[in-house]
Amino acid sequence: MTSLAKDGTPASPLVEVKDLKVHFPIKKGVIFDKVIGHVKAVDGVDLSIPRGRTYGLVGESGCGKSTLGRALLQLTPPTGGSVEFDGQELTKLAPGKLRSMRRRMQMIFQDPLSSLDPRQNVESILIEGLAAHGIGADRGERRKKVAETLDAVGLPRWALSRYPHEFSGGQRQRIGIARALVLGPDLIVADEPVSALDVSIQAQVINLLEELQDQLNLTYLVIAHDLAVVRHISDVVGVMYLGALVEEAPSDDIYAAPLHPYTRALMSAVPVPDPDVEDQRERILLAGDLPSPANPPKGCRFHTRCPWAQPTRCADERPVLRQITVEGLETGSDHRVACHWAEDIATGKLRPHEVKAELVHQEAETPTEVAPPSEPTSII
Amino acid sequence: MALLEVKDLSVVFARKGEREVRAVDGVSFDVDAGEVVGLVGESGCGKSVTSLAIMGLLPKRGVRVSGQATFDGMNLLQTDERTLRDIRGRDVAMIFQDPLSSLNPVVPIGLQVTEVLTRHRGMKGEAAKKEAAHLLERVGIPDPTRRLKEYPHQLSGGMRQRALIAMAVACAPRLLIADEPTTALDVTIQAQILELLKDLVRDSGTALLMITHDLGVVAGMCKSINVLYAGRRVESAPRRVLFAQRHHPYTVGLLGSIPRLDAPKGEKLRPITGSVRDVLPWAEGCAFAPRCFNRVDRCVDGPPELVWTAAQHGYRCVNPVMEAETAK
Amino acid sequence: MTLTGRKKEKIDRLGELAGAPEESGQSLLREAFKRLRRNPAAIAGAIILGLFVLIALFGPFLVPHDPVEPIGVDNGEVRSGQGIIPGISGEHWLGYDHQGRDEFSRMIVGARQTLWVGVVATFFGLAVGSLVGGLAGASYGLGGKWGRRLDGFLMRTVDILLAMPSLLLAVSIVAILGRSLLSVMIAVGMVSVPVFARLLRGSMIAQSSSDYVLAATALGVKRNKIALSHLLPNSLAPVLVQATLTLATAIIEAAGLSFLGLGNPDSAAPEWGVMLADAQGFLDVRPGLAIYPAVGIIITALGFTLLGEAMREALDPKLRK
Repeated sequence: MTSLAKDGTPASPLVEVKDLKVHFPIKKGVIFDKVIGHVKAVDGVDLSIPRGRTYGLVGESGCGKSTLGRALLQLTPPTGGSVEFDGQELTKLAPGKLRSMRRRMQMIFQDPLSSLDPRQNVESILIEGLAAHGIGADRGERRKKVAETLDAVGLPRWALSRYPHEFSGGQRQRIGIARALVLGPDLIVADEPVSALDVSIQAQVINLLEELQDQLNLTYLVIAHDLAVVRHISDVVGVMYLGALVEEAPSDDIYAAPLHPYTRALMSAVPVPDPDVEDQRERILLAGDLPSPANPPKGCRFHTRCPWAQPTRCADERPVLRQITVEGLETGSDHRVACHWAEDIATGKLRPHEVKAELVHQEAETPTEVAPPSEPTSII
Repeated sequence: MALLEVKDLSVVFARKGEREVRAVDGVSFDVDAGEVVGLVGESGCGKSVTSLAIMGLLPKRGVRVSGQATFDGMNLLQTDERTLRDIRGRDVAMIFQDPLSSLNPVVPIGLQVTEVLTRHRGMKGEAAKKEAAHLLERVGIPDPTRRLKEYPHQLSGGMRQRALIAMAVACAPRLLIADEPTTALDVTIQAQILELLKDLVRDSGTALLMITHDLGVVAGMCKSINVLYAGRRVESAPRRVLFAQRHHPYTVGLLGSIPRLDAPKGEKLRPITGSVRDVLPWAEGCAFAPRCFNRVDRCVDGPPELVWTAAQHGYRCVNPVMEAETAK
Repeated sequence: MTLTGRKKEKIDRLGELAGAPEESGQSLLREAFKRLRRNPAAIAGAIILGLFVLIALFGPFLVPHDPVEPIGVDNGEVRSGQGIIPGISGEHWLGYDHQGRDEFSRMIVGARQTLWVGVVATFFGLAVGSLVGGLAGASYGLGGKWGRRLDGFLMRTVDILLAMPSLLLAVSIVAILGRSLLSVMIAVGMVSVPVFARLLRGSMIAQSSSDYVLAATALGVKRNKIALSHLLPNSLAPVLVQATLTLATAIIEAAGLSFLGLGNPDSAAPEWGVMLADAQGFLDVRPGLAIYPAVGIIITALGFTLLGEAMREALDPKLRK
């Protein structure tokens, strides 16, 4: 990648993920469990995140984006592949070493309430990490650090003695951010950081994340289902479908020139709060549901729902991420797509056709996938 | 006369030993046949309570409902439970946010659809089954005859929502109330469901009351939009008028908070400060005043009234935003 | 467009009023206690138990007669061989028992031993059960493959205990340990071990997949620290509720053992279960002798059950707003 850091010099990658795989065994049996298959939540993902930048991972529920985030942090053990963090291979690190490494890579969760221990007050939540890594010589020094972090995320001092349930959703998310921030990490993986929040609060949190990045030169991996949010906050966007990246591009390019049929469909489905845009644009409606990750389609995983699917190659050859060159279309060197027919689709040589929805049965659901986002309960 | 006329609807939760909560405070709006009306707001603004009150689905104890909700000349708030039961499902149907908890988990989909047909249309046996399959096909469920025998957990979220919509439209209701019908779904599935709802409205002339927190959803499909805040309607306008010029600072702030897919990169979001908890009681002044970027002394002189412009644009604000995009 | 003086204050004050909680830092436990105080069942239970504890503590110093002295036989009023056991009188409020002892004094003094047996037995069961269940739950939730094996071993052992009929188990334990007050307590406690173990384990496993445990792992907190400071405190509520409910059954079970003649070998020491057992020979002469201890046991058990159920409601996160 030729990404440049904000000052214009080439940025070295902080995180390098190569061919990462996370397969969950599906077990069956009365007395002894027998493995009868695997849910391939993440199935061969390469990505690299430059220092001080934001990589946005977007995809629908069940695509494996959350699992990827957790596997990157070694919270879910990967089945294969490698994760290099600042030159250190994480997958082979001894447990003790990994634990002390966690100081440098933190996580922000979707649901701020369930990710905070209801029995801890804010002070003890924030001090826990400091104590675990032996940061700060004494209590006074730790309290000072906690107070500074509280200021940084915009929470009042009186918050220290309060418990999570006494805060509003937005404030809780600030506590979650403070918990990650207090350790002074280099990398923060944010898994759906705003999807559980009210609309007016989402913007506060997004702005806060951006300000913190500017001040502290943080590196983010932002995982979300909302393409608009991801595009807004990220430098590079990766689109995931059924455990694999289908397209990766700088966030401006992905909007200006989406190359993969799935990205196009996703883009056309996001509602825009503007009647003129809404009335004019053409929707690419996908037929049916996401196929089961336990039994993904052969070849290109999207071919069962793809309006551009062709009789050759799509069903039997798995496409890899590659750069394409199309006349009349500016595609940067860091714009990569996993589609056999990307050139012909981009030039308009191939036209979309009708797709008949296939039956998809709800079986073996990905075990650690987060629930689809929902608005907080609306009745009082 | 509109199909549904809601006038001065108020809902007060008054549980024993607890502070009274005025969830809905004098809300009025009309829904005409064949049109889509949006109720927009954040959690706690009273939009869901409004729909439950119209349907008579609020608990009787500890809840005071006042005002009028006239459906086809009949005030639903004064109607007895038995008549309401007949109206619900036949003339007025509802779609909820969470399709899984709205379906009975131990009864096959087919039986749940035929039940509605038997109850309201008197259909039985093979005829009902055939009609049920037809309905599932109409809402875009593939292989409907096989699906009839399946249980809710065997369907995906999108298919469940389709099944619920099939049940809702089984009796060709004249009014459909959709309470956050796509919030629990993925965007590509959301697009499918919204398209389906639009088709239903266009083909059958059903009126649709769309309740959502997503301004993007209403921008694409609602004829007129009502924005609620702290139980009151703070802005109301036909959708093009509203999106061309927002007058109420809350609506302005709400729109400034959403990252737009088509916005150039690097554009800052303009969030509303504070949280929905920071409200002023309406009796004291404007409930939004503590969070408002445009507030002036007059905001707390008393409850602001809805002001109407010539373009059927109403806003409840004493210091409205007048020129386009003036939020700071 | 600026706000001046009083009006600005008014907005700020009202905004704060709506926004910030009035009191400082309310823990969940304190909130649960608040809800408990509003529940009439809890108050009734607490009153019953308060009385019971007061009687057990101070009763023995206040009784009108010596509970082990056969006063009635000495003064010739009681001749149980001939079926003569005088009932309620001004001097002896509940009459004599079959050995001529003052029934009222025995009831009062017996409360102490009944409470003692119940509390010690439950505490024993709670301690052993929590140890086993906590270890199993923590190792299943956080310990990986070997943790799951340890959990499997511990839980199969507990299952064996659970498979045995509780009374049979208690009787065998008393038979092995010999008749003594301590063996009754151990036997009754042992019966509740599997219940506590399974409950704590299940609750801990459920908690171990929650986001805040993942968050603590991501923070780099050590596993045993996570188990002790996150898993355990958040899993204890159902176990404590169960302990309150178990106190009720423990009292009944201890009475059952005494009834079967496996109780305290010092049969002169008053205890409600023993009194109930002794009364069976005189049911037709003086049914009161069976009724008083039975009613005592029932009311006490009811008190514990009421309080336990109220605690369950108060601590239930689903009922919280």
